[in-house]
Amino acid sequence: MKAGSNLEKVFTQGHFAVTGELGPPRGASVEVIEKKAGYLRGVVDSINVTDNQTSVVRMSSVAVCKLLVDMGLEPNLQMVCRDRNRIAMQSDLLGAYALGIRNVLCLSGDHNRFGDHPQSKNVFDVDSMQLISIVKKLRDEGKMLSGQELEGVPKFFIGAAANPFGDPFEFRVTRLAKKIDAGADFIQTQCIYNMEKFRKYMHIAHEEGLTEKCYIMAGITPLKSVGMARYMANFVPGLDVPDYYINRLKGVDKKKQADEGIKIAVEQIQEVREIPGVKGIHLMAIEWEHKVPEILQAAGLLPRPSVN
Amino acid sequence: MVVAERKPIEEILAMVADFKKVLLVGCKGCVTVCCAGGTKEVGILGSALRIARKKQGNPLEVVEHTLERQCDPEYVDQLAPMLAGNGFDAVLSMACSVGPQFIAKKYTIPVYPMLNTTFIGGALEHGVWAEFCQSCGNCIIHNFGGLCPIARCSKSLMNGPCGGSANKKCEVSPEIDCIWHLIYDRMVELGQLEKLRPVFPIKDWSTSRDGGPRKIVREDLKL
Ligand code: SF4
Ligand code: SF4
Repeated sequence: MKAGSNLEKVFTQGHFAVTGELGPPRGASVEVIEKKAGYLRGVVDSINVTDNQTSVVRMSSVAVCKLLVDMGLEPNLQMVCRDRNRIAMQSDLLGAYALGIRNVLCLSGDHNRFGDHPQSKNVFDVDSMQLISIVKKLRDEGKMLSGQELEGVPKFFIGAAANPFGDPFEFRVTRLAKKIDAGADFIQTQCIYNMEKFRKYMHIAHEEGLTEKCYIMAGITPLKSVGMARYMANFVPGLDVPDYYINRLKGVDKKKQADEGIKIAVEQIQEVREIPGVKGIHLMAIEWEHKVPEILQAAGLLPRPSVN
Repeated sequence: MVVAERKPIEEILAMVADFKKVLLVGCKGCVTVCCAGGTKEVGILGSALRIARKKQGNPLEVVEHTLERQCDPEYVDQLAPMLAGNGFDAVLSMACSVGPQFIAKKYTIPVYPMLNTTFIGGALEHGVWAEFCQSCGNCIIHNFGGLCPIARCSKSLMNGPCGGSANKKCEVSPEIDCIWHLIYDRMVELGQLEKLRPVFPIKDWSTSRDGGPRKIVREDLKL
């Protein structure tokens, strides 16, 4: 056991894991967090808390993680390289651990040109791969990047993201291997719509033995409407939404599109469960947290295992 | 070379609004090559300022001059006779932003930059320039097929490409090539793809601007 988090135990005890996601509010409201967390309570093994995703300013991910810990829920702290240098990263990681946060997901982060402060200066002192190695060094060597011995070692379960649909495809599994080398214990993928491509990706990863070296979770984002499907297809770089889903959503009455979206998500979950090496799903129900219990129920993933 | 572009005429007119006589100084270095501040551009800006101010009924006298370079005291010194008692209100420098600072160091007269100094780069085609280097002070491009991920990847990733790379373009804009896709292609071409396999270590930025303003001292060249 590296960190002893609930998520790590679910994996090590051989269960198919489920993580959810909570986007902090664009303000100081605790109620928003309580409400969203309420939908996820008891139905996921741990909850990713996004770090100013799409470069839009939101409540601090460390703060929201701490609020979840206080509510008796397990958070996955997302940390991006856009806004912090190595000094701030290590400092926040130590603080996060002291606050009871046990999982951390290391990301490059969306570029600040996308967000609500495109005039900002970005940092990118280290990249996501290097951030993983920093968390690992803190944990396994008990040392800072400077070599300074730590007073109290943060034992994090280390996560990273992977996008099987980014280009060039041929290099995507190599990047996964690099993240594992850097120290990733678990991987959450970008939302999967092109199942064929994902199968191919997992096949190569499996052949290379990577699925034995880390826990890979398939990213699932339910499509709420045909409009959302089109947006994902056309405006999110590195996402691959086949026409098949767009046509399926277009084919049903507007009022029934949400139900169809849920049906698609459930089918996708069933499909990824069949793929060798997939050890869980990461369900990103963007501003649709209240549908999470329904989706997981329909997918046969409830109740969640209780591990000790 | 240093690549720069001229500031918008409105901004320049606002800068010189209170002046009657200015010395407009070009540079025959990089900014001549990138068509931003050489003799030709000095002439164009000089005329534009005179015409605009004449229309306003508030004429501006613009004296034009182009130095060999403005980043060398030797040439900047040549302005001394022109600036001595000729009633100039200000110097307008058309060099990269080193020029106005060298002039300011030497002469007690207000200096204004006419250009926005933008990057270290080169011409892709006639009229198009792109950034190639961020002067990080410790060049590592041989690890990446000779292409710079620091200056040319939007996130300066040393272990790219990120998940946003699509169709060889960067997630930030379809106008930007994903340098990491180009690095990948080049390494394949060179038969060196395995060089991208190890995790590239964390960079030491102390040689960059992050270590404070930089200076190079060459004892062998000092007089
Ligand atoms: S590695 Fe540094 S010095 Fe070399 S091209 Fe890139 S920014 Fe310039
Ligand atoms: S898409 Fe390519 S150039 Fe753009 S940030 Fe990602 S790796 Fe860098």
